[in-house]
Amino acid sequence: MAHRAATNPRSEPVASSDPPVGASGQSNDQALDHSPGKIILRAADLSRIVDRIAHQILEKTGGARDTILLGIPTRGAPLARRLGERIEAFEGIRVPVGTLDVTLYRDDLRLRGTRAIGPTDLPVAGIDGQRVILVDDVLFSGRTIRAALDALADLGRPRQVQLAVLVDRGHRELPIRADYVGKNIPTAMDESVRVLLAEVDGTDEVRIVGQPQGRGQA
Amino acid sequence: MTSLGVRHLLSAADLDRAAATAVLDTATEMAAMSGREVKKLPTLRGRTVVNLFYEDSTRTRISFEAAAKRLSADVINFSAKGSSVAKGESLKDTALTLQAMGADAVIVRHPASGAPHRLANWVAGAVINAGDGTHEHPTQALLDAYTMRRHHGRIEGLKVAIVGDVLHSRVARSNVHLLHTLGAHVTLVAPPTLLPVGVTSWPADVSYDLDAVLPNVDVVMMLRVQRERMTDSYFPSQREYARRYGLDAQRVRALPGHAIVMHPGPMNRGMEITPEVADSERSTIVEQVANGVSVRMAVLYHLLGGAK
Repeated sequence: MAHRAATNPRSEPVASSDPPVGASGQSNDQALDHSPGKIILRAADLSRIVDRIAHQILEKTGGARDTILLGIPTRGAPLARRLGERIEAFEGIRVPVGTLDVTLYRDDLRLRGTRAIGPTDLPVAGIDGQRVILVDDVLFSGRTIRAALDALADLGRPRQVQLAVLVDRGHRELPIRADYVGKNIPTAMDESVRVLLAEVDGTDEVRIVGQPQGRGQA
Repeated sequence: MTSLGVRHLLSAADLDRAAATAVLDTATEMAAMSGREVKKLPTLRGRTVVNLFYEDSTRTRISFEAAAKRLSADVINFSAKGSSVAKGESLKDTALTLQAMGADAVIVRHPASGAPHRLANWVAGAVINAGDGTHEHPTQALLDAYTMRRHHGRIEGLKVAIVGDVLHSRVARSNVHLLHTLGAHVTLVAPPTLLPVGVTSWPADVSYDLDAVLPNVDVVMMLRVQRERMTDSYFPSQREYARRYGLDAQRVRALPGHAIVMHPGPMNRGMEITPEVADSERSTIVEQVANGVSVRMAVLYHLLGGAK
């Protein structure tokens, strides 16, 4: 938690031009480490970005009071936990962290088929009257966030809803924007952004992959 | 194809281990939903689910109706009484009518074993077997497995005794299939007259002695004695049956401390189970009903939520 200055040499490139790693084009999560693509962010970059967003949340919300972080599974959940930990490390404020699964609210189930439902785990006190910050890894079409807003409406009435994303890759299909963006990564429609997090994938990394991938996009 | 690998749910044997586990996992999340203020999800909006019941049923029909409505599907209830079935319409003609109305799923209960299989050939939507004759009742098996997993944290390796009228029980048949798939060890306990021919080929042990089995089980599931299906005398008297195969307080004391008592309902209190046991803390009978809604929501989600 308290080692970021020491482990983040300024010389580390934010967007590296490494050649593709591995050669298989599989899209299942287990095979991500071997998927080809260009590394955009490494572990140190990711940790700097999480720190920055944590600071921005503290600044924009005037100290993160009455605020809840809700991560959208799969990878939004660990991101929300990391943000909560950083906010506590910076200001000693314990922000409730939960998860919000939006699968049952998606509008593309008929197109892509059903999938496993992730956990929804709200803070005990609920979300009524709170500032809810939704946390997700990639902002793309905006449809996941549309689903998340519908899900929130069924769970209570937050005072305000904000959105924090690690990567904004553009190509919005709905009038949705993020309040906190880790990194804007312009992409082509047929590219895909792969976020790997240690809690889920064993490593911290963001790649851009050339082939269109079936799922896992937001 | 759906995420379960099957288009219909006709038999508990249709589900492999991964599919059955997916249903149970989904049901866990659905159960969390029932504690919310707004108990409704938009997932099946615009889908039509028909409850086609040729046999009386309270809990199963209501359970499916609640499950479909919580997922925002439109529900049409069709019971054979008071419909054109009473005028002699065949199952096939009824099926074609439902087909013409655009039913996305047909939940069918029928006194004839195999009726849902026939129906699946006539309608385009998903067919879910809600009990056919003495054959199968797969969603009951799923909710029973869900209840066992909730109490014991696992199903693999559990020792389950299924006690009573196995011969007429679709619940027993579906449970044996599903529990075997999920790695539990099943012992069927019944008088020889209430065991089906060929039971030795089922993936289960058979015993005639309830008292010998009880001290070594994690779950005891009592079956209803189905008097309406009994055309012969299968046992001398109700008292005799209760004495040999009924679960009373004394027998419950022989169970290990962690064992649970299940019953699919409706119960014949005083026959296969005493009121004292049915209402005791060991009994999961009421909880099974609540779990039924979550499990049926999960089944509807997996069969209907995705692409056709």
